[in-house]
Amino acid sequence: MNIVVCAKQVVDVGEIKVNPSTNKPVLEGIPRKISDIDKNAMEEAIRIKEKLGGKITAMTVGPPDARERIKELLAMGADEGVLIEAPENADYHLVSRALARGIEKMGDVDIVLCGEASIDMFSGQVGPRIAGHLRIPQLTYAFRLEADEGKIRADRNMGDTMVISESTYPVVVTVTKEINEPRLPSLMQILGSANKPLNEWKMGDLGLEGEAPRVTEVDLSGVSMERKNVIFKDDLDEAVNELADRLAKEGVTG
Amino acid sequence: MIMMVLIYSDTEKGALELLSKGRELADAAGRKVSVVITGPDAGSRAKRFIEHGADRVILAAPSLEGFKAEEIADVLEGIVKDEKEDVILISSTKNGKELAPRLAAMLDAGCVTDATSIDIDSGRLRVERTVYSGNAVAKEEFASTPAVITVPGKAFDPLPPDPSRTGEVIEAAVQPGGHGSRIIEVKKMVSEGVNVEDAEIIVSCGRGFKSSDDLKMLEELADTLNGVTLGCSRPIAADLKWLSDDHWIGLSGHKVKPKLYVACGISGQIQHVAGMRDSGIIVAINKDPDAPIFNSADYGIVGDLYQVIPKLVEALKARK
Ligand SMILES: Cc1cc2nc3c(=O)[nH]c(=O)nc-3n(C[C@H](O)[C@H](O)[C@H](O)COP(=O)(O)OP(=O)(O)OC[C@H]3O[C@@H](n4cnc5c(N)ncnc54)[C@H](O)[C@@H]3O)c2cc1C
Ligand SMILES: Nc1ncnc2c1ncn2[C@@H]1O[C@H](COP(=O)(O)O)[C@@H](O)[C@H]1O
Repeated sequence: MNIVVCAKQVVDVGEIKVNPSTNKPVLEGIPRKISDIDKNAMEEAIRIKEKLGGKITAMTVGPPDARERIKELLAMGADEGVLIEAPENADYHLVSRALARGIEKMGDVDIVLCGEASIDMFSGQVGPRIAGHLRIPQLTYAFRLEADEGKIRADRNMGDTMVISESTYPVVVTVTKEINEPRLPSLMQILGSANKPLNEWKMGDLGLEGEAPRVTEVDLSGVSMERKNVIFKDDLDEAVNELADRLAKEGVTG
Repeated sequence: MIMMVLIYSDTEKGALELLSKGRELADAAGRKVSVVITGPDAGSRAKRFIEHGADRVILAAPSLEGFKAEEIADVLEGIVKDEKEDVILISSTKNGKELAPRLAAMLDAGCVTDATSIDIDSGRLRVERTVYSGNAVAKEEFASTPAVITVPGKAFDPLPPDPSRTGEVIEAAVQPGGHGSRIIEVKKMVSEGVNVEDAEIIVSCGRGFKSSDDLKMLEELADTLNGVTLGCSRPIAADLKWLSDDHWIGLSGHKVKPKLYVACGISGQIQHVAGMRDSGIIVAINKDPDAPIFNSADYGIVGDLYQVIPKLVEALKARK
């Protein structure tokens, strides 16, 4: 199986603070990481490779420092990495077009794995978009996968329903957090990842020079949450009494 | 942008909500709103959409049963190209969210998912959506058409039905192509029919509970506080399946705004907080003093929930 895992470098959203004077979220100086569910996608790719053999390529559209994220995926088990340099104002059209072209450039890809959604934007766009660009089937929200030689079967959490679907290859699959527990790379794997190939492509290499975004961000404003933060830590009996009094005073006990 | 609006939803309720927004956008430009419905009984449902504001109902692919994103995307692509629709509104159900971006890619179009507002600002189509797990709101503008937008449930109220409204019902010749995927089985998820979104008081449980039997403790608390609905974190619904998805609160679950939210044994990761940050008063019970939930709480008790909850039930009873 020739597998591509699409993974995104994101800011650690748990660390974001809103600057009260500008009312903007502060994104600089916040740790970068691989979007959580993309590690589940990577883990699933490794399990498919363990069963059916093949090759895993980790692909990302991002800034130069996203190279470090690809190295983490190489340590986890990817055989090769591809970093596509993100253009200024990249929107979902540009990111997905670039990934789809990158996948075409590689040739003969059987499975494209994505997360159900990225942790920062939570759009769920990229997987279905790649499938739309390549005009191939999509299996979304998979919480269980069974890949075989000629076809792949997915149990999918579609909210009100659980849908079991199957598809021939090539196919795009998006996975949920529940599908597996991503492995941690060993020290040997981390050291070994330095010798694995990491290709860097530009939009021009993919025939997308000058391609315009379809959506632009015109404003980003922070939403801060002010809470009283009254925390009782010591005597439990006192604490529950105090809490019951406060809740009664707030008039929220029903 | 000429503002021909096309609406598709996998549920009738969703389509009626979208119609109300679609009507507003099209009216401002003196244009039309069309609704696409597929499947064998589509014709019999057309009238309802016209009463609720549609100018046209487009019946497509009568042979289609159920929902497959690949097929519906083919149908909508054909209609958009033939009819030159330029704003496409789709419900943010899971089906809608896998359909909209696929369709957008096929049309080389922009797409914004989960839009909370849609407006025309100096002739430009602008939408807002929540990003960074509730930490920010982004305002985005479409630079080209068509524009594909998904809208969460209840964002807009349906228009009151007007039985005297008239509209066209047309049949579209488009047919879906063949695809390598197929649906084997659709299972209805067990639903307990709870509605956390409209609840006044929510008591929520997380992984701090050791077994599903222990959730009974919460029922006692619920009996003491009147009118409580049970909520939970993602792992309780998605991994452990102790409660149905109806109870799941957070970024990927339901968004709630009760006057009182009590989080028991929930660590308070930002993806959980994203779903309940608009609550009136937030109370946290957690044995870890460093749990992030305390930063998002008005009142907190650091302690073992197995001790705290029974004591709290007594204290609340004593005040009745
Ligand atoms: C893309 C994405 C979307 C997500 N969407 C959601 C979402 O919609 N909703 C959601 O909830 N999560 C969501 N998550 C998961 C989220 O990041 C957390 O993993 C999850 O909320 C943790 O659930 P928890 O607090 O129940 O469990 P844990 O994080 O394991 O926390 C359990 C807590 O219980 C406390 N505890 C243990 N024993 C006791 C005791 N005896 N008494 C008192 N306290 C005790 C512990 O101190 C701990 O703080 C999402 C994650 C991702 C990546
Ligand atoms: N810039 C990117 N590079 C590679 N993969 C991406 C990128 N953005 C999103 N993805 C993939 O698409 C999934 C959904 O992301 P999103 O559409 O942003 O919610 C992610 O989990 C990744 O698998």
